[in-house]
Amino acid sequence: MTQQTLTKVPGPAPKQRWWKGDGAEPVRRNLGLVGVLVVLIIIGAVTRPELYGDASWVTGNTWTILQQASAIGVVTVGMTFVIIGGGIDLSVGAIIAVAGVWSTTLATQSYGTAGMIFTAIVVGVVVGLINGVLISYGKLVPFIATLAMMVAARGLAAQISGKQTQVSADSTINGIASTKILGVPMLVIILALVVAAGWVLLNRTTFGRRTVAIGGNVEAARLAGINVRLHTVLLYALSGLCCGIAAIMLTSQATSAQAAMANLYELDAIAAAIIGGTLLSGGRGTIVGALFGVLVFSTITNLFAINNLSTEVQNMVKGGIIVAAVLVQQFRYRSLTQLLKR
Amino acid sequence: MSALSRRRILFGGAALGTGALLTACTSNTPSENTQINTQNSGNNANAAPGDKVIIGFSAPAADHGWVAAITNNAKAQAQAYQDVEFRSVEAGADAAAQRAALSTLIAQKPSVIVLLPHDGKELNAVGLEAMRAGIPVVNLDRAFPDRGAYRLQIKGDNFGMGLAAGAYIGEQMKAKGISNPIIGEIPGIDSLELTQERSRGFNEALAVYGFKVANRRPAEFTADTGQRAATELMQALPKIDALWNHDDDQGIGVLAAANQSNRKEFLMVGGAGSKAAIDAIKADSSVLKATVTYSPSMASSAISLARLIGQGKGMSDLVELQVPKEITLASETITKENADQYAKLGF
Repeated sequence: MTQQTLTKVPGPAPKQRWWKGDGAEPVRRNLGLVGVLVVLIIIGAVTRPELYGDASWVTGNTWTILQQASAIGVVTVGMTFVIIGGGIDLSVGAIIAVAGVWSTTLATQSYGTAGMIFTAIVVGVVVGLINGVLISYGKLVPFIATLAMMVAARGLAAQISGKQTQVSADSTINGIASTKILGVPMLVIILALVVAAGWVLLNRTTFGRRTVAIGGNVEAARLAGINVRLHTVLLYALSGLCCGIAAIMLTSQATSAQAAMANLYELDAIAAAIIGGTLLSGGRGTIVGALFGVLVFSTITNLFAINNLSTEVQNMVKGGIIVAAVLVQQFRYRSLTQLLKR
Repeated sequence: MSALSRRRILFGGAALGTGALLTACTSNTPSENTQINTQNSGNNANAAPGDKVIIGFSAPAADHGWVAAITNNAKAQAQAYQDVEFRSVEAGADAAAQRAALSTLIAQKPSVIVLLPHDGKELNAVGLEAMRAGIPVVNLDRAFPDRGAYRLQIKGDNFGMGLAAGAYIGEQMKAKGISNPIIGEIPGIDSLELTQERSRGFNEALAVYGFKVANRRPAEFTADTGQRAATELMQALPKIDALWNHDDDQGIGVLAAANQSNRKEFLMVGGAGSKAAIDAIKADSSVLKATVTYSPSMASSAISLARLIGQGKGMSDLVELQVPKEITLASETITKENADQYAKLGF
């Protein structure tokens, strides 16, 4: 230590503002996404002034965007944990389908609202646990294990549902999607609760710190005494839990469940996590960023809808945004620090 | 017994109990609902039992109510005949799997093959192979490009569905005196040819009245995507006069979205003719006022015609001695007035 101070002449400590520091990097990144959201809304206001001129429409539209983001947002929270922990979960859409279909069979519906919610959540967690056990104790690569689960779970969902759309007759479940509490849609409240819980779990508990540690360097985490295998199992179970919750939300919105529901949600959730600044290799990521990622997609869909533009173009724009977000993440930090030095 | 093992036993017991409860929850026996022709008696000479016909059947693994209804109908119609033996092969998940399944079926030399291909173009060769082996092929709904690849093609009319829906909406708007209606459209998977044909028919019918589609949000034939698409559509159009949703399965979600956003100002037309949709039209308590058919009853008819082909008989009302080569079902409009009559065709 002293050796260093001797050889390296200490200059005055660089006066770094907090927002220039490493600790503020996630905040800067999220501000970038907020910027994108603002730009999207401005484009909407410019292209459809007659809609944006109506304050009650704007309020309703904001809730709609948030509601459309709610189920996929919940899934993305679980996905973010898995990716930060160095894994990936390709089976989320299929887990939602199994949980949704299983909780809307005639037999389950006969147990009432509680039975349906219980079933969806337990099925989600159990499928997640199976994923986790296959990966950490069966030593399967997460990509392969969850890919296999994606196929198998869709098959199970089709088997259970007899390939039919199962209509939910439960008015409480169906009512979740239309209920508002103090003007806030119930689905948005559920999303907010899950995001808040995810934020606390990631940033304020040992579970969260261990997740980051494992994703950053598995071997170091293991040497530091973390039970990596058990923790990995729990991460996939957590993702399954989020899928179970999302299954109830989707069932409520569609008043039904079927084996093909939540198609390709895995891609949307992964993309949202990535543009929210989660490293695909693990070890870094934020829940709030992932939420903004989901909101960006949801807002783009809304923008295209109100302008009656085709979904083909919309998908191209989505793809472009994913690439742009990752490119910006790679280059911004370096170039920004260089800019600030000048 | 240590505390830990007791905890384990408790946990294990709870897990087992949950498992048992959940397994019980998979039981799912919806009422079997098929649309078949049961008029076997009477003066119809064709109905009398004749030569034994072995019908080989193949349809894609259904992820949609309509495809499921196709398979159920075919099976039920075959059972209604004493002289038909029904052999179904699992078509698997894609065209390649169905090709393999059909090859084994051809090797068994059935009298007739009835199939709903994954894709008409991709299974064209199998149709040719079967026809060359002397097995007549009945193509259900998805046409083979090669006219030599099938003996009979029976299909629905996608363009006609659009025409019927457009004409119904046009007439309703005219009756209500709305000269410049705001019309929304929720198609199914947009890249499919059938979707494009439905939309073309819809636009042509509307053009007759000088109307245009104001906004079009495609879904994916599932209830959850229907709900999303409808929510976006209603957000984009604060007031709607009429809405055509191409598919009654995704329509469950469309109706849910209308309820959730408390929108009742428009009339909605469905597509396909599911039992739930026909019931809702009859009850007249929702925005759904009509649906245009694309009935899976065509599978029942395909089996009946396959039997006639196998026995070398024609359709008794026609002069020809053999079954025709192509049949396109008309897309009919089901409204409150005729819902009772169509109730038996709902799937």
